[in-house]
Amino acid sequence: MPVPSILRPIVSVQREDIDTRAIVHALTDGRTDVGALVTFTGLCRDEAGRLEALELEHYPGMAEAELTRIGEEAIGRFALLGLAIVHRYGRMEPSDQIVLVAATSSHRQAAFDGANFVMDYLKTSAPFWKKEHGRDGTEGGWVAARDADDTARLRWKQD
Amino acid sequence: MTRLVYFAWVRERIGKSEEDLDLPASVETVGDLLAHLRTLGEEYEAALEFPDAIRVAINQEHAERHERIAGAREIGLFPPMTGG
Repeated sequence: MPVPSILRPIVSVQREDIDTRAIVHALTDGRTDVGALVTFTGLCRDEAGRLEALELEHYPGMAEAELTRIGEEAIGRFALLGLAIVHRYGRMEPSDQIVLVAATSSHRQAAFDGANFVMDYLKTSAPFWKKEHGRDGTEGGWVAARDADDTARLRWKQD
Repeated sequence: MTRLVYFAWVRERIGKSEEDLDLPASVETVGDLLAHLRTLGEEYEAALEFPDAIRVAINQEHAERHERIAGAREIGLFPPMTGG
């Protein structure tokens, strides 16, 4: 009997834009067992007109490794049937896509929770940093980490 | 020699993105390393002024202050993460 393969998340850290359709196809084509697909896309905001662009820096190698660790934990914890995490780096302008998380499961709750969990962990432990460029030509500086992100992560803590 | 890599404002303040350092044997833990780096010059002092704000990774995995750095190939120093 073949040993069942351990499900690994699809992880990509890339400069190019995110092809959500291609990711959705990869997770659902021919999958008659999948009953739910949740996708989350994070976009670059203009911060009420103040922001010209974001510069996303990452730690090559560790970014992929950390997203994979988070993804594997989510797959195990929520019994996901599939998971993809795509994060961009480089320069992004308002309305550009920054991150995609897509999760599939038999029933909707696992896919919702899995995608939510991945985003909460990614925010606080995936090595990416945002620098702002203002519309007035100023370099706005590095975005500070938010306490709210730490709090969001804590709600997944298990005893 | 141990490879140190720096990111975001830690990289900007130190003024380089990576370097190879010969660490003294007395530098045993992540906490020791941060204290040692602060003695290397004012740019390090500026980058590590608030050591609690610095995150450290050993061989590309997050590491706590008490963890030992013996045998580390690569140690990353960076601010709290702001991706997503």
